[in-house]
Amino acid sequence: MSTPTAHYGFAERWLPRLVLAPSFLLSLIFLYGFIAWNGYLSFTTSRLLPSYEWAGLVQYATLFDNERWWVAVRNLGIFAVLFIGGSMAIGITLAILLDQKVRFEGAIRTLYLYPMALSFVVTGTAWKWMLNPGLGLEKLMHDWGFTNFTFDWLVNSDMSIYTVVIAGLWQSSGFVMALFLAGLRGVDDSIIKAAQIDGASLPRIYWKIILPALRPVVFSTLMILSHIAIKSFDLVMALTGGGPGFSSDLPATFMYSMAFTRGQTGLGAASAMMMLATVAAIVVPYLYSELRKDNNG
Amino acid sequence: MRNLKLGLMAASMGLAFSVHAAEVEVLHYWTSGGEAKAAAELKKMMEAKGNKWKDFAVAGGGGENAMTALKTRVVSGNPPAAAQIKGPSIQEWGDEGVLTSIDGVAKKEGWDKVLPPVVSNVMKYKGQYVAAPVNVHRVNWLWINPELLKKANAKVPNTWDEFFVTAAALQKAGIQPLAYGGQPWQDSTVFESVALGVGGVDFYKKAFVQLDPATMSGPTMIKVLETYKKLKPFTDKNASGREWNLATSMVINGKAAMQFMGDWAKGEFLAAGKVPGKDFLCVAAPGTANAYTFNIDSFAFFKLKDKDAVKGQMDLASTLMSPEFQEVFNLNKGSIPARTDLSMAKFDECGKKSAEDFKATSAKGSLVPSWAHGMAMHSSTQGAVYDVVTQFWNDDKMSAKDAASKLAAAAKTK
Repeated sequence: MSTPTAHYGFAERWLPRLVLAPSFLLSLIFLYGFIAWNGYLSFTTSRLLPSYEWAGLVQYATLFDNERWWVAVRNLGIFAVLFIGGSMAIGITLAILLDQKVRFEGAIRTLYLYPMALSFVVTGTAWKWMLNPGLGLEKLMHDWGFTNFTFDWLVNSDMSIYTVVIAGLWQSSGFVMALFLAGLRGVDDSIIKAAQIDGASLPRIYWKIILPALRPVVFSTLMILSHIAIKSFDLVMALTGGGPGFSSDLPATFMYSMAFTRGQTGLGAASAMMMLATVAAIVVPYLYSELRKDNNG
Repeated sequence: MRNLKLGLMAASMGLAFSVHAAEVEVLHYWTSGGEAKAAAELKKMMEAKGNKWKDFAVAGGGGENAMTALKTRVVSGNPPAAAQIKGPSIQEWGDEGVLTSIDGVAKKEGWDKVLPPVVSNVMKYKGQYVAAPVNVHRVNWLWINPELLKKANAKVPNTWDEFFVTAAALQKAGIQPLAYGGQPWQDSTVFESVALGVGGVDFYKKAFVQLDPATMSGPTMIKVLETYKKLKPFTDKNASGREWNLATSMVINGKAAMQFMGDWAKGEFLAAGKVPGKDFLCVAAPGTANAYTFNIDSFAFFKLKDKDAVKGQMDLASTLMSPEFQEVFNLNKGSIPARTDLSMAKFDECGKKSAEDFKATSAKGSLVPSWAHGMAMHSSTQGAVYDVVTQFWNDDKMSAKDAASKLAAAAKTK
């Protein structure tokens, strides 16, 4: 009888498509559809609610003329470089140290990874208390007798963005460590043993053999961190509220306040398009080069 | 047995009826102590009229979060029956074509006769009432803890010069002179009072109502900015991001001597069991005794599809303007009724003074809209001016002159 096999073939061919179709359709509408809609809104005169009156590049001109936008862009630059660079450096260092077959590794690993279990809102709120000069670190130091100690970055409009970096690093370093630790464990032992027999020192083995082998891990970590940086919103809102003033604004918080609290939906849409362009500018070339390498290799 | 069955049926019918009673969903941002009490009164009255009350409270002092929630609901085609919207924003929402007229109720109850034109004009879109006012807040208040002033041997200030003498005396006595909340809307609330006190009514109107660029960047504005910045040394470092009611509680608890804030702060004092005139003083902000910056809370009504809900809406409009509600609500909220025909006998000293000044300044023409509370500018312009004020306050390197020219640029935002 050939019927069962035909039946099986039908299911095999159609079931995956059927299962994937809803999510494909949803992402088509709710991701790409809305991106297109947002893109259209950025060319309209939308104010309180979306409108479809064409306005050309007016919203972009207003955006580039807005001082607060440039503060947000500059802050994103500072935050992205320090947050991504810092998390990678701290994470890799922790992973290498943990990889030395230390005792209580499981406990230590959990300890470092734990911040990732908290949401950015909790992290932001906790650090807000710790960094508040009248409540946290500065007060503690004063109570201990170091009355000259000042650490008021949270309320200093020149330094407030760095407090966001501190909280972000605390949150994400452990996660980077976990990713790299998993990667390190996956490196073939025999290569390392061979290198040891050849007399290579441990730092040299890490630098020349292990880290290059971790290229895919670096790639995915970088992707995750950079998109966290660009869409970072909750951390800033919980930690500084964008303040003092608007000194710790990021493009995401800028977009939110323009589109939702100020009745400037068109301007908000324009800033969202700029954020999308930033993400695309980073991700697309990197993705392209990585994928091509895979094909060749 | 039969009786039991009948009883059950009657009970289930009763249930069915209560489900069908109009459900009135009201979006508001009255979530602090005094405010929540006031909102509870409204709920009680609406339920007495047989409506089902559905509370849609969104926290956040200036109402930004509430407006965000409202927008999503309106865009999705499911607006609440009414929402706390005020000032020029009512016109902005009217322009979007989502508001409904409540002129029927207003005509029947003669709102035009009991509301001063300054108030009723704001409530109308294209000549028809679309919103109901619930109160009038005075914004240019200075709240004082008299005990601390006595301790420092300082006087209640009437002018800005006197204010700085008082503040210095307090500081010398080891008391923090000014409780301050460092959020953009609070920065602007204080700034607005300084502008009215230093520049006077004509300057205020020209700068913030007519948005005249020359006035915005002129010498008077520079003086206003300088005076405003002089307040900073009298505040504490932790003010950044502090909510207004936390700043008020500093005055209540004796941690700071004074606060510039609208009279919603009085609700906090009263909720803490303090007596006006004895435990705390309310005086006009320095130099503004003859002027009045008003902030009127109101509810705008949205177009609804459900007929039952529309009936509930009209009940709500009528309740909001009823003398009983206006009295009990404002006694709790710290403001004064929007209706001018009510007796102020039950109100405290601050309330009586506010009502007198409201009428007097209304006659004299020194009644001015509070721009920091969305009564004078469109939300985008207001936001741009907020940005400059808050940046100036927080950035110690920015000169008053730069800030003034930035203000003029911000005023052009449309």
